[in-house]
Amino acid sequence: MQIQPIVAALRHHKAGTVLIALQIALTLAIVCNALFIIHQRLSHLSEPTGIDEANVFVIASQWAGQRSNQQIDAQIQADLAALRQLPAVRDAAPANSYPLRGGGWDNFITMKPDQVQKTTDASVYLSDTHLIDTLGLKLIAGRNFRPDEIEPMGVRDNKTPPVAIVTKTLADKLYPDGSALGKTFYTMSTTPTTIIGIVARLQRQEVDSWSRDYTYQAMLWPRRLDMSFGIYYIVRAKPGELAAAMREAPKALLAQSRMRIIDPKDGVLSFAQVRHRAYDSDRGTAILMGIICAVLLVITGAGIIGLTSFWVGQRRKQIGIRRALGATRRDILRYFQTENLLIAGAGVAVGAILAVGVNLWMMRQLAMDRMPLPYVLAGIIVLLLLGQGAVFAPARRASRVSPVEATRSV
Amino acid sequence: MFGYYLDLALRSLKRNPALTVLMVVAIGFGVAASMITYSVFRAVSGDPIPDKSAQLFTPQVDSWGPQQSFNGDGEPPQALDYTDAMALMHAHAAKRQTLLYPVLLSVMPGGDRSLPIKANGYAVYGDFFPMFEVPFRYGSGWDATQDESRAPVIVLSEKFNRKLFGNANSIGREVNLDGHDYRIVGVTRHWNPVPRFYALYGSSGFEEPADFYLPFTRALDLNIGTAGNNSCRKAAAMHGWNDWLHSDCVWITPWVELDNAADVARYRNFLEGYSADQQRAGRFNWAPNVRLRDVVQWMAYMHVVPPESRISLMVSLGFFLICLVNTVGLLLAKFMRRAGEIGVRRALGASRREIYMQFLIEAGTVGLAGGLLGLLLTAVGVSGVGLLFRPEIARLAHVDLSLVALTLAVAISATVIAAFYPTWRAANVQPAWHLRSN
Repeated sequence: MQIQPIVAALRHHKAGTVLIALQIALTLAIVCNALFIIHQRLSHLSEPTGIDEANVFVIASQWAGQRSNQQIDAQIQADLAALRQLPAVRDAAPANSYPLRGGGWDNFITMKPDQVQKTTDASVYLSDTHLIDTLGLKLIAGRNFRPDEIEPMGVRDNKTPPVAIVTKTLADKLYPDGSALGKTFYTMSTTPTTIIGIVARLQRQEVDSWSRDYTYQAMLWPRRLDMSFGIYYIVRAKPGELAAAMREAPKALLAQSRMRIIDPKDGVLSFAQVRHRAYDSDRGTAILMGIICAVLLVITGAGIIGLTSFWVGQRRKQIGIRRALGATRRDILRYFQTENLLIAGAGVAVGAILAVGVNLWMMRQLAMDRMPLPYVLAGIIVLLLLGQGAVFAPARRASRVSPVEATRSV
Repeated sequence: MFGYYLDLALRSLKRNPALTVLMVVAIGFGVAASMITYSVFRAVSGDPIPDKSAQLFTPQVDSWGPQQSFNGDGEPPQALDYTDAMALMHAHAAKRQTLLYPVLLSVMPGGDRSLPIKANGYAVYGDFFPMFEVPFRYGSGWDATQDESRAPVIVLSEKFNRKLFGNANSIGREVNLDGHDYRIVGVTRHWNPVPRFYALYGSSGFEEPADFYLPFTRALDLNIGTAGNNSCRKAAAMHGWNDWLHSDCVWITPWVELDNAADVARYRNFLEGYSADQQRAGRFNWAPNVRLRDVVQWMAYMHVVPPESRISLMVSLGFFLICLVNTVGLLLAKFMRRAGEIGVRRALGASRREIYMQFLIEAGTVGLAGGLLGLLLTAVGVSGVGLLFRPEIARLAHVDLSLVALTLAVAISATVIAAFYPTWRAANVQPAWHLRSN
């Protein structure tokens, strides 16, 4: 296939050629950035929390009326006893928060009491001896809390416990040699906290971008937090009995005391719902980018079909002459395919530069990450294939132009 | 002439239905994607209090020291601790000033309700209402003497008043929140500036509207803690309310109203002076580090506009641009195909101007059709926007007259602009050349 005559012919359609190439370039720039955004957003969606998500649900119970810390603590213990007795419930635990809630308590961690700059940051879960079983956490070293270690704590108190259970990620961060068990750290306190247990995995409460570096850094404190406005009860249903447990649990709590508020809209959430809410903006962005990518590719493909059809119509006479001079149908087909490859090639070359430029601009303006090159390569392949696919129908029509056309005057 | 050109345009568009549909669909989708994301973007990025946003400022005082800043960037904390908040309030260095924090309380059962209900509100000073131009349906806010006397008064929102008292004028009646009685002195009209610029600490700025406002001083007397963020630095044991009040925990948002540049400069000096005093007294062992941001600066600093909203808008605009490039190419093909026809018209005496008119009207027709399709898609998209954005943000997007007008205007003007180059080419067709070849 000779390229020179194709280039020469394109010179007669400068504007059309430039427009198709430009459209392909811009499409590439948008599509690979959109794909990158989709991948980034979706990759968090499937991060495991480390808990038994299929059977866990959460109840947010707000207290009505002012009560003393002692009254609240007594109510919590009564509530928990009632929840644990339900036939569909395997276990229940009190908590200040839960993974993916979207915000909550986190503490700086230091290795020395007088250290000003933090060593790292960890999510704080306050609960009792039941939390590990309720969440279904895997204790890979050390032990659970003992009942005598659990103490009530008011929300305006800061009583850092002498012992804590940490995630493996946090343990490895503090003691990279793997010797964390039995060692100590400081968490916004002048007294040390000893690591008595290590769980395999437990995610943080928030999914904001600032906490991404600390996703699996969390610690459990042996404290029942007597928050004046309310508490979360984490409940683990027996396998297959989640729906029944979610129905029974709020009734059991209201039977304990009616002076509480369990929001009818989001007071009881299965963990699937929690996960859905935590990532709804990520999922939405991915859907929008997906729709835009798809429509964009269709429109660009249709645009190529339209312009090529027009060119074919314009060149019927020339095609007829070529056919009369001995060119086969295959030659004509090849001609238009090669022509498209040249235009698309120029388009993706410019588009690749544009794509990287757009990414750099988004990094500066919107704190995006750097896009890896494979996205650009994938985009280039998709657009070249799209161009070949789109040009096929008009090119085939061109190849069927009869040599007789050469003899017609128009 | 316009009618004739319109007729020509419709004939021409009918001749290549596939090309016409493609152009209309491209413009329709492009403009709809842009308008859907714009409807969200304008809701989250607008100035919530346009006539006063340049006079309202939130002071920040560095009470943690540069090494302890939230992002490690040396910025002061995003809220005040109790000590600094009270000092600023008592200094009274601005025309109006308030402190505020969010509270979560419950309304006890009564009347036909057997279960308590929850209520969200803010603890504020009396200046809050005139400062933020809160509109009242009944009564008014409270004054400085009631702030000082820690009066058990309350202002309800219209919606909350309807829930409790069925829209009646409830001024003078009592409401019981968490076991304490408050006398109702005011009921606001619907008031929900979006984003909620005045309470951004620990909040996205897009929550449900507040149910009530009660005096800051009264709330502290009753030991009502913050329902919002509470962030601390010093490693100190705390036991109860008083330890917490006098800790370095920050949880209070201050606002001041300053009328002109001189007042702003004066207030900034006051903040510097206050911090210097704290340094001299040994409470801070770092140089004064203060900020005084107005509403717009504060919203930008707190990143109120969700990044996904900005990204979506940018990508949609890029998409629209491509749709327009697509349209330019297709119009060019379409117009040049009629070079012969143009040649004849020019030879028969049509001026270039008339050729311009004819083809721009044809492009405008495509733009109008694209705009109408875009409008339809925008309406569908905005109603399904809950799939794309967080519920609290999605519910802000709505189609109104200005969005409809903007959709049509953007579609038509963008298409006409896109048509300039193809039209210019058409108008430059050499009549002689085309007549000869025929």
